[in-house]
Amino acid sequence: MLFKKLALASAAILMSGSAMAACKIDGRVSIVGNEFPAIHAVADGAKACSGGEIKANLTADHQKINVAGMTGNPAEYTSAIIANSSIVALMNEDVIRPLDDLVAKHGQALKPNQLIKINGKVMAVAFMANAQHLVYRADILEKAGLQAPKTYEDMLAGAKVIRDKGLLQYPLGGAYKAGWNLAQEFTNMYIGHGGEFFKPGSAEVSINNDAGVATLEMLKALSEYMNPDFLTHDSNATSAEWKAGNMAMMNMWGSRMGPLKDAEQSTPEVVKSTTLGAPMTVGGGSTPATTLWWDGWTVAKNVSDKDAEATFIAMMNGIAPNRLDDKMAPLAVWLIDGYEPTPAAVGVFAAANMNATPYPMLPYQGLLHTALGAEIIDFMQGKESASQALADVEAAYTAAAREKGFLN
Amino acid sequence: MKHSSFFWFILPTATAMLLFIALPIFSVLVQSVHTPHEAVLIETENCGPFGCKKSTTIDQDATRALRAEEPLGRFVGLEIYFDRGHLAIKEVVDIWGNAESLNDFFGDLNNLPFYRAMAFTLTFTFSVTPLMLVFGLMIALGVNALHQRLKGVLIFFSLLPMIVSPLIGSLVLFWMIDSRGIIGSGLQWMFDDPALSLKASTGLTWMMLIVYGVWHAAPFSFIVFYAGLQTLPQDTLESAQIDGASRWQQVRYVIIPHLMPLITFIALMQLMDNFRVFEPIVGFNSEAHATSLSWFIFNDLGGETRLLSSAATSSVLTIIGVSILLTPVLIRTWRDFNAKS
Repeated sequence: MLFKKLALASAAILMSGSAMAACKIDGRVSIVGNEFPAIHAVADGAKACSGGEIKANLTADHQKINVAGMTGNPAEYTSAIIANSSIVALMNEDVIRPLDDLVAKHGQALKPNQLIKINGKVMAVAFMANAQHLVYRADILEKAGLQAPKTYEDMLAGAKVIRDKGLLQYPLGGAYKAGWNLAQEFTNMYIGHGGEFFKPGSAEVSINNDAGVATLEMLKALSEYMNPDFLTHDSNATSAEWKAGNMAMMNMWGSRMGPLKDAEQSTPEVVKSTTLGAPMTVGGGSTPATTLWWDGWTVAKNVSDKDAEATFIAMMNGIAPNRLDDKMAPLAVWLIDGYEPTPAAVGVFAAANMNATPYPMLPYQGLLHTALGAEIIDFMQGKESASQALADVEAAYTAAAREKGFLN
Repeated sequence: MKHSSFFWFILPTATAMLLFIALPIFSVLVQSVHTPHEAVLIETENCGPFGCKKSTTIDQDATRALRAEEPLGRFVGLEIYFDRGHLAIKEVVDIWGNAESLNDFFGDLNNLPFYRAMAFTLTFTFSVTPLMLVFGLMIALGVNALHQRLKGVLIFFSLLPMIVSPLIGSLVLFWMIDSRGIIGSGLQWMFDDPALSLKASTGLTWMMLIVYGVWHAAPFSFIVFYAGLQTLPQDTLESAQIDGASRWQQVRYVIIPHLMPLITFIALMQLMDNFRVFEPIVGFNSEAHATSLSWFIFNDLGGETRLLSSAATSSVLTIIGVSILLTPVLIRTWRDFNAKS
């Protein structure tokens, strides 16, 4: 009797052991990254591995700690989950390692477009895409007799009609909060106008031109139809306004579509009629006025090769195609093999199909982004002219670039 | 006290001050005159999920060699102090040359980030400090005159604004003054102006931040004045009443002189604290209308682009600013000390 029980018990243990052996690592893994559901899903997948210590620190302030946390030797974090703008900070400080050999050894499941190559070396593995695109209330547009806008000029005209018909006082919305968000809106609109940020091959900025002025004029025109507090509204506040039913059209991140269509803190009428559209063009251009973003993971340079390999295997498990179930699939626009686009992914796919520009991965783009976020506020409040604002941006950027050593 | 016993008495404090105050300030000073090495840029091709594109990146090997040679960075002297993000000497001289009137000059000066921040910081400091002294004294006098039973409860409620963490308090107020919030809608109704929005106008945002500053700081002066009022000499007050002094005259000629050392103490603390204003700007999301030196330091240090030398320079400028502000009070204290001995 006892022998039977023992045999049964050991058989059960052996079987569960082989199921867990799906992901075995030998080393330490410590992840730092942003805090939203898709990243949580990837980190959980990494934690499902056995054989070593696996920790994850996911916080909205990850950009404040990732460079510092990976600079020490050995580094505190063995992997940082980043996007196209935040990888530049890690590259500039030289804290991430090339992944070519690890990809050759363990990365057979990766698709070629998941490999982020900088200067010919794979520096990150991308797993999801994001972009800002149009979102509109189908019911309000129908009441106003409008089609979904394809250009920003159409959006302005539609907003005027909605206001004149008395349907909504402030029909438009966007994350125009002073700082990073406002600079992002400028970047999108400037790209839509076909502008180049820097003189080719140098770090000298060149945005004080017709495209820059047209960009600022369009942003100002759009803000006339927004809640007057738009300079204090980030994506959270804008989404809250939308869910309360106070807006008809806005430009919003694809990753926000899931929470936007959530019935909580909204009415069924708003949820049902929230419709996703493609990103809009502007000024008669063909490039959509938006930027494509990818999120991916990297492996730290200042860790032992053993830990680096363990990290690579664990993160591969985090994005393994067999983990893409019904709970994980709607969280983001995954670049993983076997992902079928959900209704929330329509906008981002449209952006990719329209050949939207990826957000530039230049070492000094972040400095320009910061300068934009600080210096175009006066123009948006009507306190200075467009060319003065652009001159201020260029002066602020030049001072910062000189300090960081990109300009002389 | 003998000099040697004074030395041994002060030694632990002096060591702590040297380690935690003097050395960090010296380190910040050194960092403010150095910047990162010049970046060596190379042309590359970056590939991602959306295709390949020609781009530039930093040559890590060359940069590493430069850094190994001079770990502290490039010595640039006072260049960061004078650049556009700080004292902006060259820009100020240009504006002075081009300005047609004094109004013009200040208007253009407001375009420079440091002077805009100083304008708000100084306005905030010199509005909040006297107001919180006045309100603190009024509340202390009021509570002191109450029935014994009520005093405890009212002291508790008067202290609440100070106990609430500044960031939480300002966030709560931020949502209340939103144009759809309770205070925002109330003001719109009161002034019969549906487009009134506290967050959309710079003047109103400054007023709101100053109101928040007074609301948050008044309990501190209240509790200190309340304690001081307990030591009020009753006979001086009674003789003033017998002489026929009104309540206001009693306050002005008996109570305030008695509390003068406390007033000086609170003014000193609050001048320093208000010069470092930061949490309300973050909590109210109002960097579009009001910035401060501390906010600059936070902005430079956080995020993807770390301007460490710029943050160090702003820190040194803040220390210099606080020293300048405190000079009159310190001179007065020094004179009083000398007069007494």
